[in-house]
Amino acid sequence: MIIGLVIVILLPFILGIGLYIKSILLLEDQSLFQLLFSGDWRPLSGKFGFLPFIISSVWVTTIALMIAGPICLLTAVHLTQYAKPWVLKLMQPVIDILAGIPSVIFGVWGILVIVPFISDYLAPFLGKQTSGYSIIAGAIVLAVMVIPFILNILIEVFKTLPDELKEASLSLGATKWQTIKLVLLRKAFPGVISAFGLGVSRAFGETIAVLMVVGNVASIPKGLFQPGYPLPALIANNYGEMLSIPLYDSALMLAALVLFVVVMLFNMGSRFAISRLEEKV
Amino acid sequence: MRKFRHIEEKFFRVLMFLSTSIIVISLSVIIFSILHKGLPSLSWEMISQTPKGGFYFGKEGGILNAIVGSLYLAIASTILALIIGLPVALMMNVHLVKYKKLVDSIRFFLDLLWGVPSIVYGAFGFSVMIYFGLKTSLLAGILTVTLFIIPIMVRAMDEVLKTIPRGLMETAMSLGSTSSEISYRIYLRQVISGLITAVLLSFGRAIGDAASVLFTTGYTDHIPTALNQPTATLPLAIFFQLSSPIPEVQNRAYASALILTIIILFISILSRIFSQKYQKNRIKN
Repeated sequence: MIIGLVIVILLPFILGIGLYIKSILLLEDQSLFQLLFSGDWRPLSGKFGFLPFIISSVWVTTIALMIAGPICLLTAVHLTQYAKPWVLKLMQPVIDILAGIPSVIFGVWGILVIVPFISDYLAPFLGKQTSGYSIIAGAIVLAVMVIPFILNILIEVFKTLPDELKEASLSLGATKWQTIKLVLLRKAFPGVISAFGLGVSRAFGETIAVLMVVGNVASIPKGLFQPGYPLPALIANNYGEMLSIPLYDSALMLAALVLFVVVMLFNMGSRFAISRLEEKV
Repeated sequence: MRKFRHIEEKFFRVLMFLSTSIIVISLSVIIFSILHKGLPSLSWEMISQTPKGGFYFGKEGGILNAIVGSLYLAIASTILALIIGLPVALMMNVHLVKYKKLVDSIRFFLDLLWGVPSIVYGAFGFSVMIYFGLKTSLLAGILTVTLFIIPIMVRAMDEVLKTIPRGLMETAMSLGSTSSEISYRIYLRQVISGLITAVLLSFGRAIGDAASVLFTTGYTDHIPTALNQPTATLPLAIFFQLSSPIPEVQNRAYASALILTIIILFISILSRIFSQKYQKNRIKN
C-alpha cells in the first residue's frame, strides 16, 4: 500500500527529472533562450529552434479554447439553470461517450469531415486557398475533444454554488438571466477560469488527433489556414530517426520537458484555484 | 429597458440551446461518419486474419494482430494498475481518513498526473528503455500505459469511495474491525460496482491511447507470443493505414476505426450499467 502511494507521489518528479537528464546534453550545447526563441529548425546541422513548434502549439490551443470555451460555458449554464433534470440526465452519457472516444478516432473524423469542410467551404468562403490541413483544422478537432472535459468541470462548479444566492437575487426582482450574469457567473468566475486552464493543459498535450490534421510543416505559421506543427506532433513524428542524428533525441526530450512543464503549471494553477473555491463554498 | 432585459434573456437562451445542440450534433457526426466510412470495408476477414504479404498495398489480410495486441496491452496494464491502484485508493479513504491535509495533497498530485499528456509518458518510457538498452516490446508498452492509467484509476476509485458515509466505518471500528478488514471486507464489497466503472474507464483509456505506445510497443504484423516482442495496437494501426496513399488501405483504416469505436462504445455501455447498479446500492447520507 505504502509503496503504491510512494510511487504515485514520486511519479511527477521522476518524470520531470528523467526528461531533464535526457535533455541536458542539448542544454549544455546551446542556451535555453536560444533554443526556445529561434525559428531555425535544421537537426542535421545541429540547429534546434523550437519557435515554430511553440507558436503552432499556442495558436492551436488558443483557438481551440476560443471555440470550446463559450460553448461549454453556455451549455453548462443551460444544463444547470434552465434545462429540466431529464435533459441533464440525457446529456451526461453524451458527454461521457465524447470524453471516452480515443484521440485517434477524433483524428479520423477530422480527416473525414473537418479537413474537407475547411478546404471546400470555409476557406473559399473567406477567399482563401488551403489544402484543409491547417491550424484551424487542428483547433476545431481539439475544441471538440476538450469540450467534454471542460464541460464536466463547469457543471460541477455550477452545482456547488449555493441556491440561496440565486433565490436572494430572484426575490429582488432580477430576471433569471440577470441572476446568472450578475450573481452566479461572478461567483463562479474562479471556477470557470480554472476549468479553462485545465482545458488548455489538456489541449496543449494532445498528440495524435492534432498531428493527423494540422499539416506538419516546420516553419512559423503565418495564418490560420496555413499548416502548423505543434510540439507533441514534433515528438511523435520524429521518434524513428532521432537516434541517428546527434543531439536529436536530446532535443525531442527537451520538447517533451517543455510540454510537461507548461502542462504542469497550468494544471497546478487551475487545481489550486478550484480547491480554494471548494473550501470557500 | 424592461423589454431589453427580456430580449437579452431570450437571446442567450437561444445561444445556450444552440451550444448544447452543437455538442450533441458533434458526437452524432463523429459516430455517423465513422460508421458511414467504416461499415462498407468492414469484413470478417478484417477481424479474423493477420496482415498477409502485400497487405499494405491493398491485398489480403486483416488487423487481428492489432486487435489482439491492443487487448493484451490494455488488459495487462489495467490489471497491473488495479494491483497498485486499489490499495492506494482504499488507503486514502480508510487508513488516512484522519489526515485530511495529507489526503488532499495526494489528490492534488493525482490530478496533476492525470493531466500529463500521454506523449510525455511515451517519451519518458522511451528514454528509460534506451537507458536499459531495451527494444520496443509489449512489456515496455504495458509498463508505460500502466504508469499512464494509474492516476486515472486511483482518482476514479477515490471519487467512488469518498461517497461511503463515515458512519459505516465507525460502526465497523466499534465492532472491533481493523482498518484493513474495513477496506477489503466492507468498503470493497459496498462499492464494487462503482469500482468496476473506474476500472472500465481506465481500460478504455489504455486501449484508445496512441501517443504513449507509439515509442514503446513498436509495430509488427504478427501476434506477439512473448513479452519482449514488439506489438501492434489498434490506434497505431489506424494511424499508419490512414497515412497510406492507397485508397484500399485507407478504407481499412476507417474499418479499423469503426472496430475501435465499437469497443469503446461497448465499454462505455458496460460501465453505465455498473454505475447504475452502484447508484441503486449506494447508502445515502
